[in-house]
Amino acid sequence: MSKTKPMPLFEVFVRSRRGLDHIHVGSLHAHDAEQALEYARDSYIRRGEGASLWVVESKHITASQESDAASFYDPMDDKPYRHATYYTLPDAVDNM
Amino acid sequence: MQNTHTDFETQFERKIDAEEKIEPKDWMPEAYRKNLVRQISQHAHSEVIGMQPEGNWLTRAPSLKRKCILLAKIQDEGGHGLYLYSAAETLGVTREELVEALHEGRAKYASIFNYPAVTWADIGAIGWLVDGAAIVNQISLQRTSYGPYARAMVRICKEESFHQRQGYEIMVKLAEGNAAQKAMAQDAMERWWWPSLMMFGPHDAESAHSAQSMLWKIKRQSNDNLRQKFVDQTVPQAEAIGLTIPDKDLKWNEARGHYDFGDIDWDEFNRVVSGNGPCNRQRLQHHVKAHEDGAWVRDAMSAYAARQQPNA
Repeated sequence: MSKTKPMPLFEVFVRSRRGLDHIHVGSLHAHDAEQALEYARDSYIRRGEGASLWVVESKHITASQESDAASFYDPMDDKPYRHATYYTLPDAVDNM
Repeated sequence: MQNTHTDFETQFERKIDAEEKIEPKDWMPEAYRKNLVRQISQHAHSEVIGMQPEGNWLTRAPSLKRKCILLAKIQDEGGHGLYLYSAAETLGVTREELVEALHEGRAKYASIFNYPAVTWADIGAIGWLVDGAAIVNQISLQRTSYGPYARAMVRICKEESFHQRQGYEIMVKLAEGNAAQKAMAQDAMERWWWPSLMMFGPHDAESAHSAQSMLWKIKRQSNDNLRQKFVDQTVPQAEAIGLTIPDKDLKWNEARGHYDFGDIDWDEFNRVVSGNGPCNRQRLQHHVKAHEDGAWVRDAMSAYAARQQPNA
């Protein structure tokens, strides 16, 4: 087996049409970002699935931990007044 | 509060019960992880090894159109391998380890690819029957409990229906042709039918990993159920183009609402699985050779990348 250094991992994001968000579609190995972009083109948009591609080396993504939910997300749940449905409208006004 | 091992296990089981997906960073039992690595890598190897019997016909396709189609299909198979290797890698194994396991015979791939594609009709039969059987299995796996595997399956199923239709169309054309062409189609049907049924694996009672995989929702339907589904959908397709399925026990069963069919030759199944099918050695040797022949490309790319980053 070759002694070549394993290629770093890249995450691939595709925007299916202008006006939409880029969405994560998968990952692949490449030596650099430029090559990752070419591989992503060959692998993920063979049928016109995308108008724009992003690649980013996986190690540059910092992820939240679901297991930390209690301390990380919970403070958001005790502010119901952030939601429109928190406020009652007079009967005469049925939509706002 | 400190999570105990049991808490993790309870949370894992709650997610499985609630049809929530398990994601890469979640705690999971070691046996669940191992089972997934085995199944997903075997699936990935199958996609890649599956390129070989079809590649055999690339330079001999009967027209430029057929050649372009076959090339596009084989490219898809390589892509499917990539999606699946990536899903397996989220479980903490490297691509190099997976390929090494294949080369050393520790990992398997679908036995069907150990059969040779000896005529052009075989390319039709592979697309129609082999990819058809794979789709039945893969549709069910879109609901598998491991998130990255399920997402790879969704992507693959979208592309796979092109494969099945192009194969069936080859069979349609041959079946409409002259006597020799019809005979070629029938011959391919006869050689690929039983190996296609074997793709679903042993009977449920004898399947080594089935019971635990069903409990963990890695597998969503049993081998025998999926096999029945494939037979039921394929019989009318064969009848429509005048091909005869090589099974004298094949008969519609009104009471069951399914076709009855004969039993697989399990001796042949075991022989091919254990490495003694028509092309087992050839397939593996070719993969090793292709990998080794490509080493200079990987070395060159690695050297180029190193030169681009002098400070790294």
